[in-house]
Amino acid sequence: MTTIELRGVSKEYKVRDGWRGGTTLRAVNDVSLTLEPGRTVALVGQSGSGKSTIAKMLLQLEQPTSGQILLDGKPLSRRRRDRSAYRHQVQMVFQDPFASLNPYHTIEHHLERPVRLHHPELSSDAVRERVLDLLRRVRLDPAEQFAVRRPHELSGGQRQRAAIARALAPEPGILVADEPVSMLDVSIRLGVLNLLGTLQREENLGVLYITHDLATARHFSDEILVMYKGDIVERGPADRVILEPQHEYTRLLAAAAPNPERRLAELSA
Amino acid sequence: MSLILTESTRPEAVESTEHVPGAAPRRRRFRPRLTVKLVVGVTIVAVIGLFAIFGPMVVQDPSAISDVGLQPPGDGHLLGTTQTGQDVFAQLAYASRGSLTIGVVVGVLTLLLSSLFGIVGAYAGGVTDELFNLFTNIALVIPGLPLVIIISSYVPNKSVWLIAVVLAITGWAGSARVIRGFTLSVRGRDYVLASKVAGERTWRVILVEILPNLLPLLASQFVFATVFAILGEAGLSFLGLGATNSFTWGTMLYYAQNGLALRLGAWWWFVPPGLMLAVFGAALSLINFSIDEAINPKLRSQTRSQRKSWRLSEAQLEDVKEDSL
Repeated sequence: MTTIELRGVSKEYKVRDGWRGGTTLRAVNDVSLTLEPGRTVALVGQSGSGKSTIAKMLLQLEQPTSGQILLDGKPLSRRRRDRSAYRHQVQMVFQDPFASLNPYHTIEHHLERPVRLHHPELSSDAVRERVLDLLRRVRLDPAEQFAVRRPHELSGGQRQRAAIARALAPEPGILVADEPVSMLDVSIRLGVLNLLGTLQREENLGVLYITHDLATARHFSDEILVMYKGDIVERGPADRVILEPQHEYTRLLAAAAPNPERRLAELSA
Repeated sequence: MSLILTESTRPEAVESTEHVPGAAPRRRRFRPRLTVKLVVGVTIVAVIGLFAIFGPMVVQDPSAISDVGLQPPGDGHLLGTTQTGQDVFAQLAYASRGSLTIGVVVGVLTLLLSSLFGIVGAYAGGVTDELFNLFTNIALVIPGLPLVIIISSYVPNKSVWLIAVVLAITGWAGSARVIRGFTLSVRGRDYVLASKVAGERTWRVILVEILPNLLPLLASQFVFATVFAILGEAGLSFLGLGATNSFTWGTMLYYAQNGLALRLGAWWWFVPPGLMLAVFGAALSLINFSIDEAINPKLRSQTRSQRKSWRLSEAQLEDVKEDSL
């Protein structure tokens, strides 16, 4: 089982400003969090608050400026072997299903590559069997017909499910879902979220669910972290953060969510 | 409002979002539409290409001198003879082969150089990108003509390959910049990040994930480089700076000019190579246009005419005016 811990992680970007040199932008400031098997942690915050930067650092697409990322208690090394082992453990579902699948390749290619990379010993038949199995698990049935299609021949929800299948292909222990439903039609959001929930229970995955939707964060996760301008301003069990918000920004978020009861009370008053 | 939507403005029937897969999945690779431009372009290029490949096998020796100089077309010589009695048709066949060889060789070399410097630099980013970009910018401003003049004064026997290499070196930088710009936009896309997250090696990300999406662009850059090379070689040869002992459309024009073909009214000597240059260049440009249209549907003439039909007609404008008054 995999546990990932971020310990005091910060990330700074240099912002260029013409000839006068640059300033530094602190996108993430001293963040600590732990992802454990079977638990979902929601990361809530407005655009630009550093949520996606944390995701990028978790996936080693960016290196933290300071602080440590620990995999099962050991700090990460930058050697290629270790990095490939790490990629085996941590996978990601991207926000935009229209951008995260290569328009040139079939769905089968997208699933086959990670399977082959992480199981080089498998024969072609075994790889194909696994690909079809993955497609069935994300409810893309009949799998044989979806496998040969290209992304533009699928709807948004189907694409996102294919992207989830790709993330599950290396059999990871940790899944980072960066706003997985924000680009989807409202009518199919719940379906995709429930699919993620089911897969999490089946695989005992640790999930980092990045969103700016408090309602789905509460529905879907055990713990909620609220980010504001690079800092984690509030953290705790999901219900407590939503029902008894401490920080001003969390209160603002909670108040911004539509609440029919409150509205009806206002109308009748 | 009395506006009625005409047939062409009605939106296409929207497909249902969660449709069940159909029976036979279609395979769709990059394929330009069969427009008139494309068909005409490809036909001309194919005809001239076949002539260049098989022509020299059937014609007589292009350098053979006879005592029938400056003979008009007909009577054993399909396109007449030159001043020294060489067969113009035979020369044209060999010249087509020479010009096309230069075009293809320079096209391939340019493609390799420009994709190397364009894609690798843009993908790597940082210092590598800066260096590659600096080198591209320097190559961009190297003037081709003076470079060839200098080289020709040092090398007594210039081969076709030398000319091709010189043309490629002076011609790759422009398309490298175009390719770099497009790669910069592709490398940050989610599917490239996703393949990195999946653990793909760098060369595989470039070759398998990025390169296929650049194919239409590379195709049009290749065609452009070929046109540039054929015209450039013709220009060099016409100035007497071309490869020694070679037959190209440019050398034919050079000898025609030297032999006073224009003043003697020997049109059959200089019109065929000139026409070949013009027609072949135009045909390649037509192919290039249709590739551009495949990349950017806004350029399609049918799209343009459709957009025109969205405008209101005079009568409709009158109606709108009356309604608003």
